[in-house]
Amino acid sequence: MATRARVNIPGGLAGFLWLLVVLVPVYYVVITSLRSQQGFFSANPLAPPADPTVDSYLLVLDNDFLRYLGNSVLVTGATVAITVTVSLLAAYYVVRGEGRWAGLTYKVFLLGLAIPLQAVIIPVYYLITKARLYDTLLAIILPSAAFAIPLTVVILANFLRDVPSELFESMRMDGAGHWRTVVSLVLPLVKPAVITVAVYDALTVWNGFLFPLILTQSPDQRVLPLALWSYQGQFTVNIPAVLAAVVLSTLPVLALYILGRRQLVSGLTAGFGR
Amino acid sequence: MLRQREAEGAAETGREPGARRHRAGPHPVMAVPALAFFGVFAFIPLIGVVLLSLVNWDGITDMNWAGLANWAAVLGDPGTYHAIWLSVQVMVLSWLVQTPVSLLLGVLIAAKGRYRAVLGVLYFLPMLLSSAAIAIAFKALLDPNFGMSLAFGVEAFAQDWLGDRDLALYVVVFVIAWQFIPFHTLLYQAGVRQIPGSLYEAAELDGAGRVRQFFHITLPQLRYTIITSSTLMLVGSLTYFDLVFVLTGGGPGNATRLLPLDMYLSGFSSNEMGRASTLAVVLVATGLALALGLSRLTSFRRGSQQEGA
Repeated sequence: MATRARVNIPGGLAGFLWLLVVLVPVYYVVITSLRSQQGFFSANPLAPPADPTVDSYLLVLDNDFLRYLGNSVLVTGATVAITVTVSLLAAYYVVRGEGRWAGLTYKVFLLGLAIPLQAVIIPVYYLITKARLYDTLLAIILPSAAFAIPLTVVILANFLRDVPSELFESMRMDGAGHWRTVVSLVLPLVKPAVITVAVYDALTVWNGFLFPLILTQSPDQRVLPLALWSYQGQFTVNIPAVLAAVVLSTLPVLALYILGRRQLVSGLTAGFGR
Repeated sequence: MLRQREAEGAAETGREPGARRHRAGPHPVMAVPALAFFGVFAFIPLIGVVLLSLVNWDGITDMNWAGLANWAAVLGDPGTYHAIWLSVQVMVLSWLVQTPVSLLLGVLIAAKGRYRAVLGVLYFLPMLLSSAAIAIAFKALLDPNFGMSLAFGVEAFAQDWLGDRDLALYVVVFVIAWQFIPFHTLLYQAGVRQIPGSLYEAAELDGAGRVRQFFHITLPQLRYTIITSSTLMLVGSLTYFDLVFVLTGGGPGNATRLLPLDMYLSGFSSNEMGRASTLAVVLVATGLALALGLSRLTSFRRGSQQEGA
Protein backbone atom coordinates (compact mmCIF):
# COMPACT_ATOMS: atom_id res chain seq x y z
CA MET A 1 0.00 0.00 0.00
CA ALA A 2 2.98 2.24 -0.55
CA THR A 3 1.12 4.08 -3.27
CA ARG A 4 -1.21 5.61 -0.73
CA ALA A 5 1.45 7.49 1.21
CA ARG A 6 -0.12 10.89 0.57
CA VAL A 7 -1.12 12.71 3.72
CA ASN A 8 -4.77 12.18 4.53
CA ILE A 9 -5.76 15.27 6.49
CA PRO A 10 -9.46 14.55 7.21
CA GLY A 11 -8.56 10.98 8.07
CA GLY A 12 -5.78 12.09 10.37
CA LEU A 13 -8.09 14.55 12.11
CA ALA A 14 -10.77 11.93 12.61
CA GLY A 15 -8.18 9.51 13.92
CA PHE A 16 -6.89 12.13 16.34
CA LEU A 17 -10.43 12.87 17.52
CA TRP A 18 -11.05 9.22 18.26
CA LEU A 19 -7.75 9.06 20.09
CA LEU A 20 -9.05 11.82 22.37
CA VAL A 21 -12.29 9.93 22.93
CA VAL A 22 -10.30 6.87 23.94
CA LEU A 23 -7.70 8.63 26.04
CA VAL A 24 -9.67 11.26 27.97
CA PRO A 25 -11.52 8.71 30.16
CA VAL A 26 -8.31 6.76 30.72
CA TYR A 27 -6.45 9.96 31.63
CA TYR A 28 -9.28 11.02 33.95
CA VAL A 29 -9.19 7.69 35.78
CA VAL A 30 -5.43 7.79 36.28
CA ILE A 31 -5.15 11.39 37.50
CA THR A 32 -8.21 11.09 39.73
CA SER A 33 -6.81 7.98 41.36
CA LEU A 34 -3.79 10.07 42.38
CA ARG A 35 -5.84 12.81 44.04
CA SER A 36 -6.39 13.22 47.72
CA GLN A 37 -10.00 13.29 48.83
CA GLN A 38 -9.91 17.02 49.52
CA GLY A 39 -8.18 17.75 46.24
CA PHE A 40 -10.82 15.70 44.49
CA PHE A 41 -13.73 17.97 45.28
CA SER A 42 -11.98 21.28 44.78
CA ALA A 43 -9.88 20.71 41.68
CA ASN A 44 -10.66 20.92 38.00
CA PRO A 45 -11.27 17.24 37.19
CA LEU A 46 -9.09 17.23 34.09
CA ALA A 47 -6.15 19.18 35.52
CA PRO A 48 -3.27 17.17 36.96
CA PRO A 49 -3.47 16.84 40.75
CA ALA A 50 -1.69 19.59 42.67
CA ASP A 51 -0.78 17.19 45.44
CA PRO A 52 -0.42 13.72 43.89
CA THR A 53 -0.69 10.91 46.44
CA VAL A 54 -0.84 7.14 46.38
CA ASP A 55 -3.01 6.95 49.49
CA SER A 56 -5.92 5.58 47.47
CA TYR A 57 -3.76 2.75 46.17
CA LEU A 58 -2.62 1.89 49.69
CA LEU A 59 -6.21 1.92 50.89
CA VAL A 60 -7.29 -0.48 48.16
CA LEU A 61 -4.32 -2.78 48.76
CA ASP A 62 -5.27 -2.77 52.43
CA ASN A 63 -8.74 -3.92 51.48
CA ASP A 64 -7.97 -7.41 50.21
CA PHE A 65 -7.03 -6.37 46.69
CA LEU A 66 -4.25 -8.97 46.56
CA ARG A 67 -6.63 -11.75 47.54
CA TYR A 68 -8.99 -10.82 44.70
CA LEU A 69 -6.03 -10.63 42.35
CA GLY A 70 -4.98 -14.11 43.44
CA ASN A 71 -8.50 -15.44 42.84
CA SER A 72 -8.54 -13.91 39.37
CA VAL A 73 -5.15 -15.38 38.52
CA LEU A 74 -6.26 -18.80 39.73
CA VAL A 75 -9.59 -18.74 37.89
CA THR A 76 -8.06 -17.42 34.67
CA GLY A 77 -5.10 -19.82 34.73
CA ALA A 78 -7.21 -22.90 35.40
CA THR A 79 -9.86 -21.95 32.84
CA VAL A 80 -7.33 -21.31 30.09
CA ALA A 81 -5.45 -24.54 30.84
CA ILE A 82 -8.64 -26.61 30.63
CA THR A 83 -9.95 -24.78 27.58
CA VAL A 84 -6.80 -25.01 25.51
CA THR A 85 -6.15 -28.66 26.35
CA VAL A 86 -9.59 -30.00 25.50
CA SER A 87 -10.02 -27.65 22.52
CA LEU A 88 -6.75 -28.71 20.95
CA LEU A 89 -7.77 -32.36 21.08
CA ALA A 90 -11.19 -31.54 19.67
CA ALA A 91 -9.70 -29.39 16.91
CA TYR A 92 -7.34 -32.18 15.92
CA TYR A 93 -10.26 -34.59 15.71
CA VAL A 94 -12.36 -32.11 13.75
CA VAL A 95 -9.65 -31.55 11.15
CA ARG A 96 -8.16 -35.03 10.87
CA GLY A 97 -11.14 -37.14 11.83
CA GLU A 98 -13.07 -39.11 9.26
CA GLY A 99 -16.71 -39.62 8.58
CA ARG A 100 -19.61 -37.41 9.35
CA TRP A 101 -18.99 -37.13 13.09
CA ALA A 102 -15.97 -34.91 12.64
CA GLY A 103 -17.92 -32.49 10.47
CA LEU A 104 -20.85 -32.60 12.83
CA THR A 105 -18.63 -31.86 15.82
CA TYR A 106 -17.28 -28.80 14.05
CA LYS A 107 -20.82 -27.62 13.34
CA VAL A 108 -21.78 -28.06 16.97
CA PHE A 109 -18.99 -25.73 18.06
CA LEU A 110 -19.73 -23.28 15.27
CA LEU A 111 -23.32 -23.12 16.40
CA GLY A 112 -22.14 -22.93 19.99
CA LEU A 113 -20.60 -19.55 19.22
CA ALA A 114 -24.11 -18.16 18.99
CA ILE A 115 -25.27 -19.28 22.45
CA PRO A 116 -25.23 -16.26 24.74
CA LEU A 117 -24.04 -16.81 28.26
CA GLN A 118 -27.01 -14.92 29.66
CA ALA A 119 -29.48 -17.32 28.11
CA VAL A 120 -28.29 -20.30 30.11
CA ILE A 121 -27.26 -18.63 33.34
CA ILE A 122 -30.29 -19.83 35.31
CA PRO A 123 -29.91 -23.54 34.49
CA VAL A 124 -26.18 -23.21 35.09
CA TYR A 125 -26.94 -21.69 38.49
CA TYR A 126 -29.23 -24.64 39.15
CA LEU A 127 -26.58 -27.17 38.10
CA ILE A 128 -23.86 -25.52 40.15
CA THR A 129 -26.08 -25.39 43.22
CA LYS A 130 -27.07 -29.05 42.81
CA ALA A 131 -23.42 -30.04 42.39
CA ARG A 132 -22.69 -28.20 45.66
CA LEU A 133 -20.18 -26.00 43.92
CA TYR A 134 -21.97 -22.73 44.61
CA ASP A 135 -19.67 -20.05 46.02
CA THR A 136 -16.45 -21.79 45.01
CA LEU A 137 -13.92 -20.74 42.41
CA LEU A 138 -14.60 -23.99 40.56
CA ALA A 139 -18.13 -22.73 39.98
CA ILE A 140 -16.62 -19.95 37.85
CA ILE A 141 -13.93 -22.07 36.19
CA LEU A 142 -16.09 -24.86 34.76
CA PRO A 143 -18.75 -22.80 32.94
CA SER A 144 -16.17 -20.21 31.85
CA ALA A 145 -14.16 -22.98 30.20
CA ALA A 146 -17.29 -24.36 28.57
CA PHE A 147 -18.07 -21.00 27.01
CA ALA A 148 -14.51 -20.40 25.84
CA ILE A 149 -14.32 -23.79 24.11
CA PRO A 150 -16.35 -23.16 20.91
CA LEU A 151 -14.33 -20.17 19.71
CA THR A 152 -11.07 -21.85 20.74
CA VAL A 153 -11.90 -25.00 18.79
CA VAL A 154 -13.00 -23.04 15.72
CA ILE A 155 -9.85 -20.90 15.63
CA LEU A 156 -7.50 -23.85 16.26
CA ALA A 157 -9.30 -25.97 13.67
CA ASN A 158 -9.07 -23.24 11.04
CA PHE A 159 -5.38 -22.96 11.79
CA LEU A 160 -4.82 -26.75 11.70
CA ARG A 161 -6.50 -27.05 8.30
CA ASP A 162 -3.55 -25.22 6.78
CA VAL A 163 -1.07 -27.82 8.00
CA PRO A 164 -0.15 -30.00 5.00
CA SER A 165 -1.50 -33.51 5.47
CA GLU A 166 1.84 -35.00 4.39
CA LEU A 167 3.18 -34.04 7.77
CA PHE A 168 0.52 -36.11 9.49
CA GLU A 169 1.09 -38.99 7.07
CA SER A 170 4.80 -39.11 7.73
CA MET A 171 4.12 -38.93 11.44
CA ARG A 172 1.94 -41.99 11.06
CA MET A 173 4.54 -43.77 9.03
CA ASP A 174 6.98 -43.27 11.84
CA GLY A 175 4.52 -45.21 13.92
CA ALA A 176 3.23 -42.38 16.06
CA GLY A 177 -0.23 -42.76 17.53
CA HIS A 178 -2.70 -39.89 17.66
CA TRP A 179 -1.78 -38.78 21.14
CA ARG A 180 1.90 -38.71 20.15
CA THR A 181 0.97 -36.78 17.00
CA VAL A 182 -0.85 -34.17 19.03
CA VAL A 183 2.02 -33.69 21.44
CA SER A 184 4.97 -33.73 19.09
CA LEU A 185 3.49 -32.44 15.82
CA VAL A 186 0.27 -30.51 16.37
CA LEU A 187 1.28 -28.64 19.50
CA PRO A 188 4.53 -27.17 18.12
CA LEU A 189 2.86 -26.33 14.81
CA VAL A 190 -0.10 -24.51 16.28
CA LYS A 191 1.85 -22.81 19.04
CA PRO A 192 1.22 -19.30 17.66
CA ALA A 193 -2.51 -19.99 17.41
CA VAL A 194 -2.52 -21.53 20.88
CA ILE A 195 -0.86 -18.46 22.35
CA THR A 196 -3.36 -16.23 20.59
CA VAL A 197 -6.45 -18.06 21.77
CA ALA A 198 -4.97 -18.48 25.24
CA VAL A 199 -4.44 -14.72 25.51
CA TYR A 200 -7.90 -14.02 24.14
CA ASP A 201 -9.56 -16.55 26.46
CA ALA A 202 -7.56 -15.22 29.39
CA LEU A 203 -8.75 -11.69 28.65
CA THR A 204 -12.37 -12.81 28.46
CA VAL A 205 -12.24 -14.82 31.67
CA TRP A 206 -10.21 -12.19 33.52
CA ASN A 207 -12.88 -9.60 32.70
CA GLY A 208 -15.82 -11.97 33.17
CA PHE A 209 -18.54 -10.60 35.41
CA LEU A 210 -21.77 -12.58 35.09
CA PHE A 211 -20.59 -16.03 36.22
CA PRO A 212 -18.79 -14.66 39.30
CA LEU A 213 -21.76 -12.41 40.10
CA ILE A 214 -24.25 -15.25 40.05
CA LEU A 215 -22.22 -18.27 41.07
CA THR A 216 -20.26 -16.87 44.00
CA GLN A 217 -21.27 -14.84 46.98
CA SER A 218 -18.69 -14.49 49.73
CA PRO A 219 -15.82 -11.98 49.63
CA ASP A 220 -13.37 -14.91 49.87
CA GLN A 221 -14.32 -16.04 46.38
CA ARG A 222 -14.44 -12.61 44.79
CA VAL A 223 -12.61 -12.04 41.51
CA LEU A 224 -11.42 -8.63 40.32
CA PRO A 225 -14.36 -7.31 38.25
CA LEU A 226 -16.68 -8.19 41.10
CA ALA A 227 -14.27 -6.63 43.56
CA LEU A 228 -14.39 -3.37 41.60
CA TRP A 229 -18.13 -3.43 41.82
CA SER A 230 -18.07 -4.05 45.56
CA TYR A 231 -15.42 -1.36 46.13
CA GLN A 232 -17.85 0.97 44.46
CA GLY A 233 -20.42 0.17 47.09
CA GLN A 234 -17.88 0.24 49.90
CA PHE A 235 -16.16 3.54 49.04
CA THR A 236 -19.20 5.41 47.77
CA VAL A 237 -17.78 8.84 48.57
CA ASN A 238 -14.16 7.94 47.94
CA ILE A 239 -14.03 8.07 44.16
CA PRO A 240 -10.21 8.23 44.00
CA ALA A 241 -10.05 4.88 45.83
CA VAL A 242 -12.54 3.24 43.46
CA LEU A 243 -10.59 4.51 40.46
CA ALA A 244 -7.30 3.38 41.99
CA ALA A 245 -8.82 -0.10 42.14
CA VAL A 246 -9.75 0.23 38.47
CA VAL A 247 -6.15 1.13 37.59
CA LEU A 248 -4.72 -1.69 39.71
CA SER A 249 -7.06 -4.24 38.17
CA THR A 250 -5.97 -3.20 34.69
CA LEU A 251 -2.20 -3.30 35.22
CA PRO A 252 -1.76 -7.10 34.89
CA VAL A 253 -3.73 -7.16 31.63
CA LEU A 254 -1.80 -4.20 30.31
CA ALA A 255 1.47 -6.00 31.01
CA LEU A 256 0.20 -9.12 29.26
CA TYR A 257 -0.99 -7.05 26.31
CA ILE A 258 2.30 -5.23 25.87
CA LEU A 259 4.14 -8.55 25.92
CA GLY A 260 1.82 -10.40 23.57
CA ARG A 261 0.26 -7.66 21.45
CA ARG A 262 1.72 -8.66 18.10
CA GLN A 263 0.78 -12.26 18.69
CA LEU A 264 -2.72 -11.43 19.84
CA VAL A 265 -3.54 -9.03 17.05
CA SER A 266 -2.09 -11.08 14.20
CA GLY A 267 -3.55 -14.31 15.52
CA LEU A 268 -6.98 -12.85 16.10
CA THR A 269 -7.22 -11.36 12.67
CA ALA A 270 -6.08 -14.63 11.12
CA GLY A 271 -8.60 -16.50 13.23
CA PHE A 272 -11.57 -14.43 12.22
CA GLY A 273 -10.24 -13.51 8.82
CA ARG A 274 -13.15 -12.54 6.75
CA MET B 1 2.06 -42.18 -4.98
CA LEU B 2 1.08 -41.21 -1.49
CA ARG B 3 -0.88 -44.41 -1.07
CA GLN B 4 2.15 -46.36 -2.07
CA ARG B 5 4.44 -44.59 0.38
CA GLU B 6 1.89 -45.20 3.02
CA ALA B 7 1.77 -48.88 2.23
CA GLU B 8 5.52 -49.13 2.44
CA GLY B 9 5.49 -47.25 5.70
CA ALA B 10 2.94 -49.59 7.14
CA ALA B 11 4.94 -52.57 5.96
CA GLU B 12 8.07 -51.23 7.60
CA THR B 13 6.40 -50.66 10.94
CA GLY B 14 4.91 -54.11 10.65
CA ARG B 15 1.27 -53.03 10.70
CA GLU B 16 -1.60 -55.19 9.66
CA PRO B 17 -2.50 -54.66 6.00
CA GLY B 18 -6.11 -54.04 7.00
CA ALA B 19 -5.15 -51.05 9.10
CA ARG B 20 -4.22 -48.91 6.15
CA ARG B 21 -7.37 -49.50 4.13
CA HIS B 22 -9.41 -47.04 6.12
CA ARG B 23 -6.99 -44.24 6.80
CA ALA B 24 -7.57 -44.43 10.54
CA GLY B 25 -8.30 -40.84 11.54
CA PRO B 26 -8.15 -39.88 15.18
CA HIS B 27 -10.62 -41.51 17.49
CA PRO B 28 -13.75 -39.45 18.30
CA VAL B 29 -12.89 -39.84 21.98
CA MET B 30 -10.53 -36.89 21.54
CA ALA B 31 -13.49 -34.57 21.06
CA VAL B 32 -15.35 -35.94 24.05
CA PRO B 33 -13.93 -33.68 26.81
CA ALA B 34 -14.68 -30.53 24.84
CA LEU B 35 -18.13 -31.77 23.88
CA ALA B 36 -18.82 -32.81 27.46
CA PHE B 37 -17.98 -29.36 28.84
CA PHE B 38 -20.00 -27.71 26.17
CA GLY B 39 -22.87 -30.13 26.60
CA VAL B 40 -23.10 -29.83 30.36
CA PHE B 41 -22.74 -26.06 30.64
CA ALA B 42 -24.21 -24.78 27.39
CA PHE B 43 -26.30 -27.29 25.48
CA ILE B 44 -28.19 -29.03 28.29
CA PRO B 45 -28.83 -25.67 30.04
CA LEU B 46 -30.25 -24.45 26.76
CA ILE B 47 -32.86 -27.20 27.00
CA GLY B 48 -33.07 -26.67 30.73
CA VAL B 49 -34.01 -23.04 30.37
CA VAL B 50 -37.05 -24.01 28.31
CA LEU B 51 -38.14 -26.42 31.04
CA LEU B 52 -37.47 -23.86 33.76
CA SER B 53 -39.73 -21.42 31.95
CA LEU B 54 -42.55 -23.82 32.78
CA VAL B 55 -42.06 -23.90 36.56
CA ASN B 56 -42.38 -21.61 39.51
CA TRP B 57 -39.09 -21.41 41.36
CA ASP B 58 -37.59 -18.85 43.71
CA GLY B 59 -34.06 -20.15 43.26
CA ILE B 60 -33.87 -21.87 46.64
CA THR B 61 -36.91 -23.95 47.60
CA ASP B 62 -38.57 -26.66 45.50
CA MET B 63 -39.94 -25.96 42.07
CA ASN B 64 -43.50 -26.53 41.12
CA TRP B 65 -45.09 -26.89 37.75
CA ALA B 66 -46.54 -23.71 36.32
CA GLY B 67 -47.40 -24.72 32.81
CA LEU B 68 -47.63 -21.72 30.56
CA ALA B 69 -48.32 -19.28 33.40
CA ASN B 70 -44.89 -17.65 33.11
CA TRP B 71 -45.32 -17.26 29.40
CA ALA B 72 -48.73 -15.70 29.83
CA ALA B 73 -47.33 -13.33 32.46
CA VAL B 74 -44.29 -12.37 30.42
CA LEU B 75 -46.20 -11.87 27.19
CA GLY B 76 -48.92 -9.93 28.98
CA ASP B 77 -46.46 -7.61 30.70
CA PRO B 78 -45.79 -4.24 29.04
CA GLY B 79 -42.41 -4.31 30.83
CA THR B 80 -41.32 -7.13 28.54
CA TYR B 81 -42.06 -5.16 25.41
CA HIS B 82 -40.36 -2.14 26.90
CA ALA B 83 -37.21 -4.22 27.53
CA ILE B 84 -37.33 -5.69 24.02
CA TRP B 85 -37.85 -2.26 22.50
CA LEU B 86 -34.88 -0.88 24.43
CA SER B 87 -32.74 -3.80 23.31
CA VAL B 88 -33.75 -3.25 19.69
CA GLN B 89 -32.95 0.46 19.97
CA VAL B 90 -29.54 -0.28 21.45
CA MET B 91 -28.88 -2.89 18.77
CA VAL B 92 -29.74 -0.57 15.88
CA LEU B 93 -28.05 2.51 17.35
CA SER B 94 -24.94 0.52 18.23
CA TRP B 95 -24.68 -0.79 14.71
CA LEU B 96 -25.19 2.68 13.23
CA VAL B 97 -22.50 4.19 15.46
CA GLN B 98 -19.95 1.40 15.58
CA THR B 99 -19.88 0.22 11.97
CA PRO B 100 -18.84 3.44 10.21
CA VAL B 101 -16.40 4.43 12.94
CA SER B 102 -14.67 1.04 13.12
CA LEU B 103 -14.59 0.75 9.34
CA LEU B 104 -12.97 4.15 8.89
CA LEU B 105 -10.55 3.62 11.75
CA GLY B 106 -9.65 0.18 10.40
CA VAL B 107 -8.91 1.65 6.99
CA LEU B 108 -6.94 4.48 8.56
CA ILE B 109 -4.61 2.41 10.69
CA ALA B 110 -4.19 -0.29 8.07
CA ALA B 111 -2.94 2.28 5.57
CA LYS B 112 -0.82 4.55 7.71
CA GLY B 113 2.76 3.52 8.26
CA ARG B 114 4.55 5.70 10.72
CA TYR B 115 2.21 6.00 13.66
CA ARG B 116 0.41 2.74 13.15
CA ALA B 117 2.14 0.90 15.98
CA VAL B 118 1.52 3.65 18.53
CA LEU B 119 -2.05 4.18 17.38
CA GLY B 120 -2.62 0.44 17.41
CA VAL B 121 -1.65 0.19 21.08
CA LEU B 122 -3.69 3.22 22.15
CA TYR B 123 -6.79 2.51 20.06
CA PHE B 124 -7.11 -1.00 21.43
CA LEU B 125 -6.78 0.03 25.06
CA PRO B 126 -10.54 -0.28 25.80
CA MET B 127 -10.41 -3.92 24.73
CA LEU B 128 -8.35 -4.71 27.80
CA LEU B 129 -10.61 -3.15 30.38
CA SER B 130 -13.36 -5.10 32.04
CA SER B 131 -16.92 -3.89 31.60
CA ALA B 132 -17.01 -3.22 35.33
CA ALA B 133 -13.94 -0.98 35.10
CA ILE B 134 -15.31 0.88 32.08
CA ALA B 135 -18.70 1.40 33.70
CA ILE B 136 -17.14 2.71 36.91
CA ALA B 137 -14.82 5.05 35.01
CA PHE B 138 -17.65 6.55 32.96
CA LYS B 139 -19.91 6.80 35.94
CA ALA B 140 -17.33 8.99 37.65
CA LEU B 141 -16.50 10.91 34.49
CA LEU B 142 -20.14 11.73 33.78
CA ASP B 143 -21.10 12.60 37.33
CA PRO B 144 -22.64 16.07 37.42
CA ASN B 145 -21.01 16.90 40.75
CA PHE B 146 -17.40 16.06 40.14
CA GLY B 147 -16.99 14.66 36.61
CA MET B 148 -15.78 16.35 33.47
CA SER B 149 -18.83 18.60 33.54
CA LEU B 150 -16.82 20.84 35.82
CA ALA B 151 -13.75 20.84 33.63
CA PHE B 152 -14.65 23.23 30.86
CA GLY B 153 -17.24 25.42 32.48
CA VAL B 154 -19.44 24.65 29.50
CA GLU B 155 -23.12 24.48 30.34
CA ALA B 156 -23.78 21.68 27.84
CA PHE B 157 -21.48 19.31 29.69
CA ALA B 158 -23.05 19.96 33.06
CA GLN B 159 -25.80 17.43 32.53
CA ASP B 160 -26.91 14.65 34.76
CA TRP B 161 -26.10 12.30 31.89
CA LEU B 162 -27.04 9.06 33.59
CA GLY B 163 -29.84 10.49 35.71
CA ASP B 164 -31.84 11.80 32.78
CA ARG B 165 -34.44 9.39 31.41
CA ASP B 166 -34.08 10.71 27.88
CA LEU B 167 -30.30 10.72 27.83
CA ALA B 168 -29.33 7.57 29.72
CA LEU B 169 -29.94 5.18 26.83
CA TYR B 170 -27.76 7.25 24.47
CA VAL B 171 -25.03 7.36 27.08
CA VAL B 172 -25.23 3.57 27.32
CA VAL B 173 -24.93 3.30 23.53
CA PHE B 174 -21.91 5.62 23.61
CA VAL B 175 -20.12 3.68 26.35
CA ILE B 176 -20.83 0.39 24.57
CA ALA B 177 -19.36 1.88 21.41
CA TRP B 178 -16.30 3.02 23.36
CA GLN B 179 -15.80 -0.52 24.58
CA PHE B 180 -16.42 -2.42 21.35
CA ILE B 181 -15.22 -0.20 18.50
CA PRO B 182 -11.59 -1.27 19.07
CA PHE B 183 -12.42 -4.91 18.47
CA HIS B 184 -14.28 -4.17 15.24
CA THR B 185 -11.53 -1.80 14.14
CA LEU B 186 -9.20 -4.74 14.48
CA LEU B 187 -11.40 -6.86 12.21
CA TYR B 188 -11.56 -4.12 9.57
CA GLN B 189 -7.84 -3.48 9.80
CA ALA B 190 -7.25 -7.17 9.06
CA GLY B 191 -9.75 -7.07 6.20
CA VAL B 192 -8.10 -4.04 4.61
CA ARG B 193 -4.67 -5.64 4.82
CA GLN B 194 -5.92 -8.56 2.75
CA ILE B 195 -6.96 -6.35 -0.15
CA PRO B 196 -4.42 -6.79 -2.96
CA GLY B 197 -2.37 -3.61 -3.43
CA SER B 198 -2.50 -4.12 -7.20
CA LEU B 199 -6.16 -3.04 -7.18
CA TYR B 200 -5.14 0.36 -5.83
CA GLU B 201 -2.24 0.67 -8.25
CA ALA B 202 -4.57 0.02 -11.15
CA ALA B 203 -7.05 2.56 -9.82
CA GLU B 204 -4.26 5.08 -9.38
CA LEU B 205 -3.26 4.64 -13.03
CA ASP B 206 -6.85 5.21 -14.03
CA GLY B 207 -6.75 8.45 -12.11
CA ALA B 208 -9.21 7.44 -9.38
CA GLY B 209 -8.97 9.63 -6.30
CA ARG B 210 -8.98 8.53 -2.69
CA VAL B 211 -12.73 8.79 -2.30
CA ARG B 212 -13.44 6.81 -5.45
CA GLN B 213 -10.92 4.18 -4.40
CA PHE B 214 -12.66 3.88 -1.05
CA PHE B 215 -16.10 3.38 -2.54
CA HIS B 216 -15.09 1.26 -5.51
CA ILE B 217 -12.35 -0.92 -4.06
CA THR B 218 -12.13 -0.82 -0.28
CA LEU B 219 -15.83 -1.02 0.50
CA PRO B 220 -16.75 -3.85 -1.92
CA GLN B 221 -13.64 -5.80 -0.94
CA LEU B 222 -14.62 -5.51 2.71
CA ARG B 223 -18.11 -6.93 2.23
CA TYR B 224 -17.41 -10.16 4.12
CA THR B 225 -15.70 -8.29 6.92
CA ILE B 226 -18.73 -6.05 7.16
CA ILE B 227 -21.01 -9.07 7.43
CA THR B 228 -18.81 -10.81 10.03
CA SER B 229 -18.45 -7.68 12.10
CA SER B 230 -22.15 -6.83 11.87
CA THR B 231 -23.16 -10.34 12.88
CA LEU B 232 -20.94 -10.25 15.94
CA MET B 233 -22.18 -6.75 16.73
CA LEU B 234 -25.91 -7.43 16.37
CA VAL B 235 -25.91 -10.77 18.15
CA GLY B 236 -23.53 -9.40 20.76
CA SER B 237 -25.78 -6.45 21.46
CA LEU B 238 -28.37 -8.83 22.90
CA THR B 239 -25.90 -9.79 25.60
CA TYR B 240 -24.89 -6.39 26.92
CA PHE B 241 -25.28 -6.93 30.58
CA ASP B 242 -22.38 -6.19 32.90
CA LEU B 243 -21.70 -2.74 31.50
CA VAL B 244 -25.30 -1.60 31.85
CA PHE B 245 -25.69 -3.36 35.19
CA VAL B 246 -22.80 -1.43 36.73
CA LEU B 247 -23.36 1.82 34.83
CA THR B 248 -27.07 2.40 35.40
CA GLY B 249 -28.52 -0.73 37.00
CA GLY B 250 -31.38 -0.33 34.51
CA GLY B 251 -32.30 3.16 35.68
CA PRO B 252 -33.29 5.88 35.92
CA GLY B 253 -36.66 4.24 36.37
CA ASN B 254 -36.58 1.51 33.76
CA ALA B 255 -34.99 3.69 31.08
CA THR B 256 -32.07 1.32 30.45
CA ARG B 257 -33.57 -1.97 31.60
CA LEU B 258 -32.52 -3.93 28.53
CA LEU B 259 -33.69 -7.50 27.99
CA PRO B 260 -30.71 -9.29 29.62
CA LEU B 261 -30.88 -6.94 32.59
CA ASP B 262 -34.63 -7.48 32.87
CA MET B 263 -33.91 -11.20 32.95
CA TYR B 264 -31.25 -10.88 35.66
CA LEU B 265 -33.35 -8.62 37.84
CA SER B 266 -36.42 -10.87 37.51
CA GLY B 267 -34.43 -13.94 38.44
CA PHE B 268 -31.86 -12.87 40.96
CA SER B 269 -33.43 -9.78 42.52
CA SER B 270 -37.12 -10.66 42.44
CA ASN B 271 -36.46 -14.42 42.79
CA GLU B 272 -38.77 -15.29 39.93
CA MET B 273 -36.60 -17.83 38.12
CA GLY B 274 -39.49 -19.09 35.98
CA ARG B 275 -40.20 -15.66 34.64
CA ALA B 276 -36.49 -15.03 34.12
CA SER B 277 -36.13 -18.31 32.24
CA THR B 278 -38.99 -17.31 29.96
CA LEU B 279 -37.19 -14.06 29.18
CA ALA B 280 -34.01 -16.05 28.59
CA VAL B 281 -35.79 -18.19 26.02
CA VAL B 282 -37.01 -15.06 24.26
CA LEU B 283 -33.43 -13.78 24.32
CA VAL B 284 -31.81 -16.88 22.91
CA ALA B 285 -34.51 -17.35 20.26
CA THR B 286 -33.95 -13.80 19.04
CA GLY B 287 -30.18 -14.26 19.03
CA LEU B 288 -30.27 -17.54 17.15
CA ALA B 289 -32.75 -16.23 14.60
CA LEU B 290 -30.53 -13.21 14.02
CA ALA B 291 -27.37 -15.30 13.72
CA LEU B 292 -28.96 -17.80 11.34
CA GLY B 293 -30.54 -15.06 9.26
CA LEU B 294 -27.26 -13.24 8.93
CA SER B 295 -25.29 -16.38 8.20
CA ARG B 296 -27.58 -16.92 5.21
CA LEU B 297 -25.95 -13.85 3.73
CA THR B 298 -22.62 -15.60 3.86
CA SER B 299 -21.64 -19.13 4.74
CA PHE B 300 -19.94 -17.62 7.80
CA ARG B 301 -16.40 -18.30 6.76
CA ARG B 302 -15.79 -21.40 4.78
CA GLY B 303 -17.25 -20.34 1.46
CA SER B 304 -16.45 -16.69 1.69
CA GLN B 305 -12.78 -17.14 2.38
CA GLN B 306 -11.43 -17.85 -1.07
CA GLU B 307 -13.97 -15.90 -3.02
CA GLY B 308 -13.21 -12.46 -1.63
CA ALA B 309 -9.46 -12.83 -1.59
